[in-house]
Amino acid sequence: MLTANVDRLRSDYDVVVVGGGPAGMGAALAAKEAGAEKVLMVDREKEAGGILLQCIHPGFGLHHFKEELTGPEYAQRYLEQVLETDIDLATDSYVLDIDKNNRVKLMSGRHGVREIETKAAVLAMGARERTRGAIRTPGKRVSGVLTAGLAQKFVNLMGVLPGNRAVILGSGDIGLIMARRLTLEGVEVVGVYEIMPHANGLNRNIVQCLHDFEIPLHLSTTVVDIHGQDRLEAVTVAPVDGFTPDLSRSQTIPCDTLLLSIGLIPDNELARQLNLRFDPVTRGPLVSSTMETSKNGVFACGNTVHIHDLVDFVSQESELAGHNAGLYVTGQQPPPDNVRLVPGENVGYCVPQTISTDRDHTIYMRVRKPMENCVLRLGDVYEKKIRYVFPAEMVNVKVRPKFLQNFHGDNLRLDVVPQEG
Amino acid sequence: MNATVAEHQDREISRYLCIGCPMGCRLEVEEADGDIVEVRGFSCRRGEAYAKQEHIAPQRMVTTTVRVENGLWARLPVKTTDAIPKELMWDLCEKLHELTLKAPVKMGEVVLQDALGTGVDVVSSRDMPYRES
Ligand code: SF4
Repeated sequence: MLTANVDRLRSDYDVVVVGGGPAGMGAALAAKEAGAEKVLMVDREKEAGGILLQCIHPGFGLHHFKEELTGPEYAQRYLEQVLETDIDLATDSYVLDIDKNNRVKLMSGRHGVREIETKAAVLAMGARERTRGAIRTPGKRVSGVLTAGLAQKFVNLMGVLPGNRAVILGSGDIGLIMARRLTLEGVEVVGVYEIMPHANGLNRNIVQCLHDFEIPLHLSTTVVDIHGQDRLEAVTVAPVDGFTPDLSRSQTIPCDTLLLSIGLIPDNELARQLNLRFDPVTRGPLVSSTMETSKNGVFACGNTVHIHDLVDFVSQESELAGHNAGLYVTGQQPPPDNVRLVPGENVGYCVPQTISTDRDHTIYMRVRKPMENCVLRLGDVYEKKIRYVFPAEMVNVKVRPKFLQNFHGDNLRLDVVPQEG
Repeated sequence: MNATVAEHQDREISRYLCIGCPMGCRLEVEEADGDIVEVRGFSCRRGEAYAKQEHIAPQRMVTTTVRVENGLWARLPVKTTDAIPKELMWDLCEKLHELTLKAPVKMGEVVLQDALGTGVDVVSSRDMPYRES
C-alpha cells in the first residue's frame, strides 16, 4: 500500500524529512538506520512517492535496484521499506516553517496546524517546473497552456486529457515522454519545438517517443506568439538565429494545448525562508560533504539541491543526507570539511561544494558544453579520463582519501579539459 | 528514424539513431537481397548490436494506464512484462482502453494475460488502494 495512514504525530522528533518522494524516502530510511529513533516524513500529496508516481514509463532503478522499473514501481519498492520501519508519515501535510530553534510548523489535513520540535531536518522537496513566466513567452493569457509535468499528472493519475491537438515547447525528457503519452491517448501531437540547435532529452526518448510516432522535432525554433480568446487556439512558431526569432519565416499552428517542457528548478521556498546560503548556479542550497546546509542540523538532498537526470542518483545522495542527519542527532558527526571545491574550466557547478580530505566522496557535477576525449582534473591531486561529457548528463566522480591526504590547500579546482596529445 | 533509401536495385540503407548513450551515433544498416551486409556509424559494439535488432525486429516495452473504479486515483499504471513487437503497440493500448478495473489492485497483478497472443502479460505497476468514491 502506498498510503500508510499513520495516525501518530509526536510533538518531538529526531529527524523531520520534508518531502516524501524518492529523496525523502531515501533520507528517512537512512536516518533511521544511522540511529535516529523518531523520524517523521511529511508529504503534501495524499500518498508518498512524489513525481515518480506519475512517471509511468520504464527506465528507473538500473543503478539502485539493478533492474529496470517504472516510476510507480520504484516508489513502491522504497515505500514498502519505509512502512516496515516505525517512521511516521504525514501525508496531505505542509511544512510551513522551520524556525531558528528547529521548531517545525506543520499544517496537516489530519492534524491541523501543529508545532513540532526536531533535532535535525532534511529538505527533500524536489523540483518545480519552469513556467511560461520563466522564458517570457509572449502572447495571450489563455487556458490550455500548461507544464508537461502537470499534464502528466492529469493524464496518468487523474485520467483527464488536456486537449485534442497539442504543441510541445522544449525537448526536455518530460516533454518527449508526454508526446508519446498524449499520442497513445488519442491526442494529436503536432510537433516538438526546441529553441536550441540540439535536443535536451535522451536519445532513447527521441527515438521511442518521437520517431516511433512520427512526431517531428523542430530544432532552433520557438514559440513567438500565443493566440486565443479564453482557450488557446493557435501558436506562432519561428526559427531562431541564436536567440533572435526570424519572424519573416514564422508559421501559425492551430492547437488547443501547449505543453511547456523547459526545465526544472529546485523547489527552494522553504530553504529561502530558512535563510540558507545558496549556489547561484544550481539555485539550491549550498551543501557540505555530509549534505548539511549552511544551517546546523538542516540537511538537503535530491532535486531540492540540484536537478538530477537519474532518480538513482537522487537515492544515493539522499541516503548520504539521511545517514548524516542520523549521525548528527546521535552525536557521531564526522569532522567538518576542510576543502572548498571550485568549478573551473567547463564545470558549471559541483555538489557538494566542500569536502573533507579524510574520507571518500562522490562529487556530482555538470559541464557547460559537450566535450569528447576529455580529462576531469581535481587540482593536481586526481585526474580521470572520460570519453565524453554532455551538459544534459550529470557527471559523477568518486574520490578516495589517498588522493587527498597530501593536499594542504583550501581550494581545489575542478576542470574538464581536452586530453593532451 | 528509419528512412529507407533504395541505393541500387537490391541494396537498401536504413538509418537509426543509437540510444545506447548520449553520443547518439547515427547508424546505417545496409541490406542486400534481404540480408544485412554492413552496419556503419557506430562507435562501439552496443551500437552495432542495437542497429541489427532495430532493423530486424524492433521491440518496445509498453506502459500506459487503465481506468480503475474506487481507487485512490482514477487511473492505474500498467506495463508489459517484456518488450513486444513495436507494431503491436497501438492495438495493445486500444485493448487496454476498453478495460475498467476495480480497486484494490496489487502491484504485479495481471491485467491482461498473453496480450495479443505475444505471450507477454500486462501487469499493474503499483498497488491501487480502495477509496470510497
Ligand atoms: S554506438 Fe556506442 S557510442 Fe555510439 S551512441 Fe551507441 S552506445 Fe553510444
